Amino acid sequence: MAPAAPRSGDAIFASVERVNAELFTLTYGAIVRQLLTDLEEVEEVNKQLDQMGYNIGIRLIDEFLAKSNVSRCVDFKETAEVIAKVGFKMFLGVTASVTNWDADGTCCSIVLEDNPLVDFVELPDTCQGLYYCNILSGVIRGSLEMVSMKTEVTWIRDMLRGDDAYELQVKLLKQVPEEYPYKDDE
Amino acid sequence: MQFFGGSEISPSPPVPTTTGNNAHMMYVFNRNGVCLLYREWNRPLHTLNPQQDHKLMFGLLFSLKSLTAKMDPTSADKGNLGVPQLPGQGCSFHSFRTNTYKLSFMETPSGIKIILVTHPRTGDLREPLKYIYNLYVEYVAKNPLYTPGTSIRCELFNTALDQYVRSIA
Repeated sequence: MAPAAPRSGDAIFASVERVNAELFTLTYGAIVRQLLTDLEEVEEVNKQLDQMGYNIGIRLIDEFLAKSNVSRCVDFKETAEVIAKVGFKMFLGVTASVTNWDADGTCCSIVLEDNPLVDFVELPDTCQGLYYCNILSGVIRGSLEMVSMKTEVTWIRDMLRGDDAYELQVKLLKQVPEEYPYKDDE
Repeated sequence: MQFFGGSEISPSPPVPTTTGNNAHMMYVFNRNGVCLLYREWNRPLHTLNPQQDHKLMFGLLFSLKSLTAKMDPTSADKGNLGVPQLPGQGCSFHSFRTNTYKLSFMETPSGIKIILVTHPRTGDLREPLKYIYNLYVEYVAKNPLYTPGTSIRCELFNTALDQYVRSIA
Protein backbone atom coordinates (compact mmCIF):
# COMPACT_ATOMS: atom_id res chain seq x y z
CA MET A 1 0.00 0.00 0.00
CA ALA A 2 1.58 3.26 -1.10
CA PRO A 3 1.94 5.82 1.67
CA ALA A 4 -0.49 8.73 1.54
CA ALA A 5 0.76 11.80 -0.31
CA PRO A 6 1.35 14.95 1.71
CA ARG A 7 -1.71 17.19 1.85
CA SER A 8 -1.66 20.78 0.71
CA GLY A 9 -2.02 23.60 3.19
CA ASP A 10 -5.40 24.61 1.80
CA ALA A 11 -6.85 21.15 2.15
CA ILE A 12 -5.79 20.87 5.76
CA PHE A 13 -6.87 24.39 6.62
CA ALA A 14 -10.31 23.58 5.30
CA SER A 15 -10.57 20.43 7.36
CA VAL A 16 -9.32 21.51 10.79
CA GLU A 17 -11.46 23.21 13.39
CA ARG A 18 -10.96 26.94 13.27
CA VAL A 19 -11.55 29.71 15.77
CA ASN A 20 -12.83 33.15 14.98
CA ALA A 21 -9.97 35.30 13.65
CA GLU A 22 -10.87 38.31 15.73
CA LEU A 23 -11.01 36.22 18.89
CA PHE A 24 -7.54 34.94 18.13
CA THR A 25 -6.13 38.39 17.38
CA LEU A 26 -7.69 40.03 20.41
CA THR A 27 -6.65 37.20 22.74
CA TYR A 28 -3.07 37.49 21.53
CA GLY A 29 -3.23 41.24 21.98
CA ALA A 30 -4.47 40.78 25.53
CA ILE A 31 -1.59 38.40 26.28
CA VAL A 32 1.01 40.87 25.01
CA ARG A 33 -0.65 43.70 26.91
CA GLN A 34 -0.58 41.68 30.13
CA LEU A 35 3.06 40.69 29.61
CA LEU A 36 3.96 44.35 29.19
CA THR A 37 2.21 45.22 32.42
CA ASP A 38 3.81 42.34 34.34
CA LEU A 39 7.32 42.53 32.99
CA GLU A 40 7.57 46.24 32.06
CA GLU A 41 10.86 45.80 30.16
CA VAL A 42 10.33 45.42 26.42
CA GLU A 43 13.33 43.08 26.09
CA GLU A 44 11.92 40.80 28.78
CA VAL A 45 8.61 40.68 26.97
CA ASN A 46 10.36 39.75 23.72
CA LYS A 47 12.17 36.92 25.47
CA GLN A 48 9.03 35.69 27.16
CA LEU A 49 7.10 35.68 23.89
CA ASP A 50 9.89 33.68 22.29
CA GLN A 51 9.84 31.18 25.15
CA MET A 52 6.07 30.82 24.92
CA GLY A 53 6.42 30.26 21.20
CA TYR A 54 9.07 27.61 21.83
CA ASN A 55 6.77 25.72 24.19
CA ILE A 56 4.02 25.86 21.60
CA GLY A 57 6.39 24.78 18.82
CA ILE A 58 7.52 21.58 20.51
CA ARG A 59 3.92 20.35 20.61
CA LEU A 60 2.81 21.92 17.36
CA ILE A 61 5.27 19.88 15.33
CA ASP A 62 3.43 16.63 16.10
CA GLU A 63 0.13 18.09 15.04
CA PHE A 64 1.71 19.41 11.88
CA LEU A 65 3.31 16.06 11.01
CA ALA A 66 0.15 14.13 11.78
CA LYS A 67 -2.18 16.31 9.74
CA SER A 68 0.00 17.17 6.79
CA ASN A 69 1.59 13.77 6.19
CA VAL A 70 4.87 15.24 4.97
CA SER A 71 7.80 12.91 5.12
CA ARG A 72 11.22 14.10 6.21
CA CYS A 73 12.47 17.01 4.13
CA VAL A 74 15.58 16.29 2.13
CA ASP A 75 17.32 19.60 2.84
CA PHE A 76 16.78 22.90 4.55
CA LYS A 77 15.40 24.51 1.38
CA GLU A 78 12.55 22.03 1.33
CA THR A 79 12.00 22.59 5.04
CA ALA A 80 11.62 26.33 4.57
CA GLU A 81 9.20 25.83 1.68
CA VAL A 82 7.10 23.44 3.71
CA ILE A 83 6.97 25.85 6.66
CA ALA A 84 5.92 28.73 4.45
CA LYS A 85 3.44 26.95 2.21
CA VAL A 86 1.95 24.26 4.41
CA GLY A 87 2.68 25.31 7.98
CA PHE A 88 1.64 28.92 7.92
CA LYS A 89 -1.37 28.08 5.78
CA MET A 90 -2.51 25.32 8.06
CA PHE A 91 -2.25 27.19 11.33
CA LEU A 92 -2.75 30.83 10.46
CA GLY A 93 -4.50 30.67 7.13
CA VAL A 94 -1.93 32.84 5.37
CA THR A 95 0.64 31.89 2.78
CA ALA A 96 4.19 33.03 3.19
CA SER A 97 6.98 33.06 0.65
CA VAL A 98 10.61 32.13 0.96
CA THR A 99 13.29 34.45 -0.40
CA ASN A 100 16.87 35.53 0.09
CA TRP A 101 18.69 32.25 0.17
CA ASP A 102 22.32 32.57 1.06
CA ALA A 103 25.13 30.71 -0.72
CA ASP A 104 25.18 27.57 1.49
CA GLY A 105 21.45 27.19 1.66
CA THR A 106 21.40 27.52 5.44
CA CYS A 107 19.79 30.90 5.81
CA CYS A 108 16.62 32.26 4.27
CA SER A 109 13.85 34.77 4.80
CA ILE A 110 10.19 33.96 5.16
CA VAL A 111 8.02 36.87 4.11
CA LEU A 112 4.45 37.28 5.28
CA GLU A 113 2.28 39.76 3.45
CA ASP A 114 -0.64 39.29 5.75
CA ASN A 115 -0.40 38.56 9.47
CA PRO A 116 -3.53 37.81 11.47
CA LEU A 117 -1.84 38.53 14.80
CA VAL A 118 -1.49 42.23 14.11
CA ASP A 119 -4.94 43.25 12.94
CA PHE A 120 -6.05 46.37 14.80
CA VAL A 121 -2.61 46.79 16.43
CA GLU A 122 -0.53 49.92 16.73
CA LEU A 123 2.62 50.16 18.77
CA PRO A 124 2.79 53.15 21.09
CA ASP A 125 6.03 55.14 21.48
CA THR A 126 6.84 53.51 24.81
CA CYS A 127 7.08 50.08 23.17
CA GLN A 128 9.21 50.76 20.18
CA GLY A 129 11.64 47.90 20.88
CA LEU A 130 8.86 45.33 21.06
CA TYR A 131 8.71 42.47 18.56
CA TYR A 132 4.97 42.01 18.74
CA CYS A 133 4.95 38.75 16.78
CA ASN A 134 7.91 37.22 18.53
CA ILE A 135 5.83 34.21 19.43
CA LEU A 136 6.07 33.14 15.79
CA SER A 137 9.85 33.04 15.90
CA GLY A 138 9.68 30.85 19.02
CA VAL A 139 7.20 28.51 17.37
CA ILE A 140 9.44 27.98 14.36
CA ARG A 141 12.52 27.49 16.51
CA GLY A 142 10.74 25.00 18.80
CA SER A 143 9.25 22.95 15.99
CA LEU A 144 12.50 22.71 14.07
CA GLU A 145 14.36 21.66 17.18
CA MET A 146 12.05 18.66 17.52
CA VAL A 147 13.00 17.58 14.01
CA SER A 148 16.70 17.71 14.80
CA MET A 149 17.50 21.19 13.47
CA LYS A 150 18.92 23.91 15.68
CA THR A 151 18.00 27.27 14.22
CA GLU A 152 18.03 30.92 15.02
CA VAL A 153 14.99 32.96 14.02
CA THR A 154 14.94 36.75 14.02
CA TRP A 155 12.71 39.49 12.67
CA ILE A 156 14.14 41.55 9.84
CA ARG A 157 11.14 43.62 8.84
CA ASP A 158 8.09 44.37 10.91
CA MET A 159 5.13 46.35 9.64
CA LEU A 160 4.32 47.64 13.10
CA ARG A 161 7.64 49.45 13.01
CA GLY A 162 7.01 51.06 9.66
CA ASP A 163 8.34 48.47 7.16
CA ASP A 164 6.22 47.19 4.29
CA ALA A 165 6.02 43.49 5.17
CA TYR A 166 6.87 40.94 7.85
CA GLU A 167 10.14 39.21 7.24
CA LEU A 168 11.60 36.48 9.44
CA GLN A 169 15.13 35.28 8.98
CA VAL A 170 15.59 31.57 9.67
CA LYS A 171 19.17 30.42 9.99
CA LEU A 172 20.10 26.77 10.33
CA LEU A 173 22.84 26.39 12.91
CA LYS A 174 23.20 22.64 12.83
CA GLN A 175 21.47 19.31 12.32
CA VAL A 176 21.50 17.22 15.48
CA PRO A 177 21.11 13.52 14.65
CA GLU A 178 19.55 11.11 17.10
CA GLU A 179 21.98 9.38 19.43
CA TYR A 180 21.55 6.09 21.17
CA PRO A 181 20.56 7.31 24.60
CA TYR A 182 21.61 4.35 26.72
CA LYS A 183 25.22 3.66 27.59
CA ASP A 184 26.42 0.32 26.29
CA ASP A 185 27.43 -1.12 29.63
CA GLU A 186 24.00 -0.74 31.28
CA MET B 1 -26.57 -29.36 46.46
CA GLN B 2 -24.53 -26.42 45.45
CA PHE B 3 -23.13 -26.02 41.96
CA PHE B 4 -20.22 -23.71 41.38
CA GLY B 5 -21.00 -22.30 37.98
CA GLY B 6 -18.62 -23.31 35.26
CA SER B 7 -15.67 -24.09 37.47
CA GLU B 8 -15.45 -27.87 37.00
CA ILE B 9 -15.50 -28.00 33.23
CA SER B 10 -13.56 -24.91 32.15
CA PRO B 11 -12.38 -22.35 34.66
CA SER B 12 -13.10 -18.86 33.49
CA PRO B 13 -9.95 -17.01 32.42
CA PRO B 14 -8.55 -14.37 34.80
CA VAL B 15 -10.12 -11.00 34.19
CA PRO B 16 -7.60 -8.87 32.22
CA THR B 17 -6.84 -5.38 33.48
CA THR B 18 -8.37 -3.83 30.40
CA THR B 19 -11.10 -5.43 28.35
CA GLY B 20 -10.04 -8.14 25.96
CA ASN B 21 -8.37 -7.06 22.77
CA ASN B 22 -6.87 -8.79 19.85
CA ALA B 23 -3.62 -6.84 20.16
CA HIS B 24 -0.96 -7.86 22.64
CA MET B 25 0.74 -4.67 23.66
CA MET B 26 1.81 -1.24 22.58
CA TYR B 27 4.76 1.05 23.26
CA VAL B 28 5.29 4.73 22.52
CA PHE B 29 8.83 6.12 22.75
CA ASN B 30 10.13 9.60 22.18
CA ARG B 31 13.40 10.58 20.51
CA ASN B 32 15.42 10.24 23.74
CA GLY B 33 14.38 6.67 24.41
CA VAL B 34 11.92 7.59 27.15
CA CYS B 35 9.01 5.18 27.12
CA LEU B 36 6.02 7.51 27.06
CA LEU B 37 3.38 4.82 27.11
CA TYR B 38 3.18 1.08 27.58
CA ARG B 39 -0.22 -0.59 27.20
CA GLU B 40 -0.71 -4.27 27.68
CA TRP B 41 -3.84 -6.12 26.70
CA ASN B 42 -2.84 -9.68 26.26
CA ARG B 43 0.64 -10.68 27.32
CA PRO B 44 0.82 -14.03 29.05
CA LEU B 45 4.60 -14.17 29.42
CA HIS B 46 6.69 -11.54 31.17
CA THR B 47 10.41 -12.20 31.06
CA LEU B 48 12.00 -8.89 32.06
CA ASN B 49 11.19 -6.13 34.49
CA PRO B 50 9.56 -3.11 32.82
CA GLN B 51 12.67 -0.90 32.57
CA GLN B 52 14.72 -3.63 30.95
CA ASP B 53 11.85 -4.49 28.68
CA HIS B 54 11.54 -0.89 27.46
CA LYS B 55 15.28 -0.54 26.95
CA LEU B 56 15.41 -3.79 25.06
CA MET B 57 12.57 -2.73 22.81
CA PHE B 58 14.05 0.66 22.10
CA GLY B 59 17.49 -0.77 21.47
CA LEU B 60 16.06 -3.42 19.17
CA LEU B 61 14.30 -0.84 17.05
CA PHE B 62 17.23 1.52 16.97
CA SER B 63 19.48 -1.26 15.70
CA LEU B 64 16.92 -2.60 13.26
CA LYS B 65 16.43 0.82 11.74
CA SER B 66 20.15 1.28 11.33
CA LEU B 67 20.60 -2.20 9.89
CA THR B 68 17.75 -1.98 7.41
CA ALA B 69 19.01 1.37 6.18
CA LYS B 70 22.52 0.06 5.62
CA MET B 71 21.31 -3.02 3.78
CA ASP B 72 19.17 -1.02 1.41
CA PRO B 73 20.06 -2.08 -2.13
CA THR B 74 18.38 0.91 -3.74
CA SER B 75 20.04 3.68 -1.78
CA ALA B 76 23.10 5.37 -3.21
CA ASP B 77 24.34 6.92 -0.01
CA LYS B 78 26.01 4.46 2.35
CA GLY B 79 27.17 5.91 5.62
CA ASN B 80 29.04 3.93 8.23
CA LEU B 81 27.19 1.33 10.24
CA GLY B 82 26.30 2.80 13.58
CA VAL B 83 26.17 6.42 12.46
CA PRO B 84 22.76 7.60 13.58
CA GLN B 85 20.34 8.73 10.95
CA LEU B 86 17.77 11.45 11.23
CA PRO B 87 14.38 9.90 11.91
CA GLY B 88 12.42 9.47 8.75
CA GLN B 89 15.44 9.75 6.49
CA GLY B 90 16.37 6.99 4.08
CA CYS B 91 14.55 3.70 4.22
CA SER B 92 12.57 2.76 7.29
CA PHE B 93 11.24 -0.63 8.22
CA HIS B 94 7.63 -0.92 9.26
CA SER B 95 7.02 -4.39 10.60
CA PHE B 96 8.40 -7.83 11.30
CA ARG B 97 6.53 -11.04 11.79
CA THR B 98 7.31 -14.24 13.68
CA ASN B 99 5.22 -17.38 13.96
CA THR B 100 3.61 -16.10 17.15
CA TYR B 101 3.31 -12.32 16.73
CA LYS B 102 3.70 -9.37 14.41
CA LEU B 103 5.39 -6.17 15.48
CA SER B 104 4.43 -2.99 13.59
CA PHE B 105 6.45 0.17 13.91
CA MET B 106 6.07 3.78 12.89
CA GLU B 107 8.47 6.65 13.43
CA THR B 108 7.71 10.30 12.83
CA PRO B 109 10.32 12.91 11.88
CA SER B 110 9.89 14.34 15.37
CA GLY B 111 11.19 11.09 16.83
CA ILE B 112 7.96 9.66 18.24
CA LYS B 113 7.99 5.89 17.77
CA ILE B 114 4.81 3.87 17.97
CA ILE B 115 5.06 0.09 18.27
CA LEU B 116 2.12 -2.26 18.18
CA VAL B 117 2.44 -6.01 18.76
CA THR B 118 -0.44 -8.06 17.40
CA HIS B 119 -1.25 -11.58 16.27
CA PRO B 120 0.67 -12.78 13.21
CA ARG B 121 -2.19 -12.66 10.72
CA THR B 122 -2.68 -8.89 11.08
CA GLY B 123 -2.49 -6.99 7.81
CA ASP B 124 -0.51 -3.85 7.13
CA LEU B 125 -0.90 -1.54 10.09
CA ARG B 126 0.64 1.63 8.71
CA GLU B 127 -2.67 3.48 8.40
CA PRO B 128 -3.85 2.45 11.88
CA LEU B 129 -0.52 3.58 13.33
CA LYS B 130 -1.00 6.94 11.65
CA TYR B 131 -4.43 7.16 13.19
CA ILE B 132 -2.95 6.37 16.60
CA TYR B 133 -0.45 9.18 16.01
CA ASN B 134 -3.39 11.50 15.38
CA LEU B 135 -4.94 10.33 18.63
CA TYR B 136 -1.64 11.10 20.33
CA VAL B 137 -1.73 14.63 18.91
CA GLU B 138 -5.29 15.27 19.99
CA TYR B 139 -5.14 13.86 23.50
CA VAL B 140 -1.53 14.26 24.49
CA ALA B 141 0.29 16.93 22.47
CA LYS B 142 -2.59 19.35 22.83
CA ASN B 143 -3.09 18.56 26.50
CA PRO B 144 -1.93 21.49 28.65
CA LEU B 145 -1.46 19.21 31.65
CA TYR B 146 1.05 17.04 29.82
CA THR B 147 4.77 17.86 29.94
CA PRO B 148 6.51 16.71 26.75
CA GLY B 149 9.11 14.02 27.47
CA THR B 150 7.34 12.51 30.45
CA SER B 151 5.16 9.45 30.56
CA ILE B 152 1.57 9.81 29.43
CA ARG B 153 -1.08 9.56 32.13
CA CYS B 154 -4.25 10.50 30.36
CA GLU B 155 -7.36 8.40 30.87
CA LEU B 156 -9.10 9.73 27.79
CA PHE B 157 -6.15 8.80 25.61
CA ASN B 158 -6.05 5.30 27.07
CA THR B 159 -9.77 4.81 26.52
CA ALA B 160 -9.69 6.12 22.95
CA LEU B 161 -6.70 3.92 22.24
CA ASP B 162 -8.29 0.78 23.67
CA GLN B 163 -11.42 1.39 21.65
CA TYR B 164 -9.52 1.97 18.45
CA VAL B 165 -7.18 -0.99 18.82
CA ARG B 166 -10.15 -3.26 19.49
CA SER B 167 -11.59 -2.22 16.15
CA ILE B 168 -8.48 -3.09 14.15
CA ALA B 169 -9.16 -6.42 12.48
